[in-house]
Amino acid sequence: MRKDDIVGLVMAALSSAAVLIALGMVFLYAPREATMGDVQRIFYFHVASAWVGFFGFFVTFLAGIAYLARQERRWDILALSSVEIGLTFIAMAVVTGSLWARPAWGTYWTWEPRLTISAVQLLIYISYVMLRAAIENPQQKARFAAVYGIVAFVTVPLSWFAIRWWRTIHPDILTGGEGMALTARMVHTLLVSLGAFTLLYFTLLRQRVRLERAADALAGLKEHLSPIAYRESRIADRESRIADR
Amino acid sequence: MSFLRKVWAIFAKDIAAELHTREMVSAMLVFSVLALLIFSFALDLRGAMARAAAPGVLWVTVTFAGTLGLSRSLAREQQSGCMDGLLLAPVDRSAIFFGKALGNLAFMAVVEIVLLPLFAALFDVPLLRPGVLLVMALGTLGYSAVGTLLAAIAVNTRAREVMLPILLLPLAVPLLIAAVQATAALVEGATLAEAGGWLRLLVVYDLVIIAVSMLTFGYVVEE
Repeated sequence: MRKDDIVGLVMAALSSAAVLIALGMVFLYAPREATMGDVQRIFYFHVASAWVGFFGFFVTFLAGIAYLARQERRWDILALSSVEIGLTFIAMAVVTGSLWARPAWGTYWTWEPRLTISAVQLLIYISYVMLRAAIENPQQKARFAAVYGIVAFVTVPLSWFAIRWWRTIHPDILTGGEGMALTARMVHTLLVSLGAFTLLYFTLLRQRVRLERAADALAGLKEHLSPIAYRESRIADRESRIADR
Repeated sequence: MSFLRKVWAIFAKDIAAELHTREMVSAMLVFSVLALLIFSFALDLRGAMARAAAPGVLWVTVTFAGTLGLSRSLAREQQSGCMDGLLLAPVDRSAIFFGKALGNLAFMAVVEIVLLPLFAALFDVPLLRPGVLLVMALGTLGYSAVGTLLAAIAVNTRAREVMLPILLLPLAVPLLIAAVQATAALVEGATLAEAGGWLRLLVVYDLVIIAVSMLTFGYVVEE
């Protein structure tokens, strides 16, 4: 087995174990929340998903800057891999938030600031993926995606302030019971969940980057082996032989 | 030629081109009036309802009309080959950005100058206040800046006009929230100081977006 594959296997095993430990802690170690009961246990994975989502978009932002500075394909691969993983996790955060809202506040959706900004991020990066899909030229695709990833990320703090002030000006009765008091065990469980999801992010990121590199290599081989390329190389050969004579 | 002269030259070119055809501003204007009509049917805009919904209706109309003009403005450059000419000319990429953004700002401003009194008259909402005009100016500035950058991206994609609103609207969320809230407060008779938080957010948005767009515009237009 190649060294690369072994690293991948080890990372996959570690992150599986970490997620299982986190899951165990969520159900067995963390105490039952006083007012919301067992429903609150979704909180640990919900927060961890949101964290990985935002972290993924941050990595895309950095990779975008690196791409514009260096114009190297690997930064574009990193940006697109990180966005896809970030999108998956932010979607999980929105869905788990909505599942949590139903029993806790009696509605599937509340315009709670953190939930709202996650939904806004989800939409922004869906647009990012659509943008990539709408451009043919690979260099142009990478450049435009880098610019969009940068502009999109700088609006995150602005969105956050805007949404938070907007909600405080119109106080939502449903989210009145915010400010959950966390006990020490809850904090431990949350930290382990955050760690496990972060590890999972890096494992997935590594695999996604390798997948994209393999796709690049395949595209290169196809180009090389296509009938036209083959014929052209034969013609070039013959011409060079004629020239030699 | 100084930087400002170059920006001015590009801006003047856009104004001159628009004065010939008047297609962009007229399309935005007709669209805005139609939008008001649709909104008044959809929301039954009378009395207290009109006052409550006015800021939202106004800003939705302005932003949607803005996307029409923005995509047209950059598509025109692309089709006529004018963008290639601009790129060959010895001007800084950021000068092209500022010239185009100023042009778009001017077109949106013309639409707003007609729209605001019409809106105020039709729905009896006190929009013609200095504070509201300031909010309109700040909001339109940021919107045309980020819109110019994203329209330059959108015209190079396969989906073209469809792509611009998809790229632009999610990034305009903070701008829209701040503009609508500030307008609402000012319509309700708040002083500028009371709406100060939202105004500051608008100013920060404008500054951040203009800085980032200026830095990245060169990468968008280069071949």
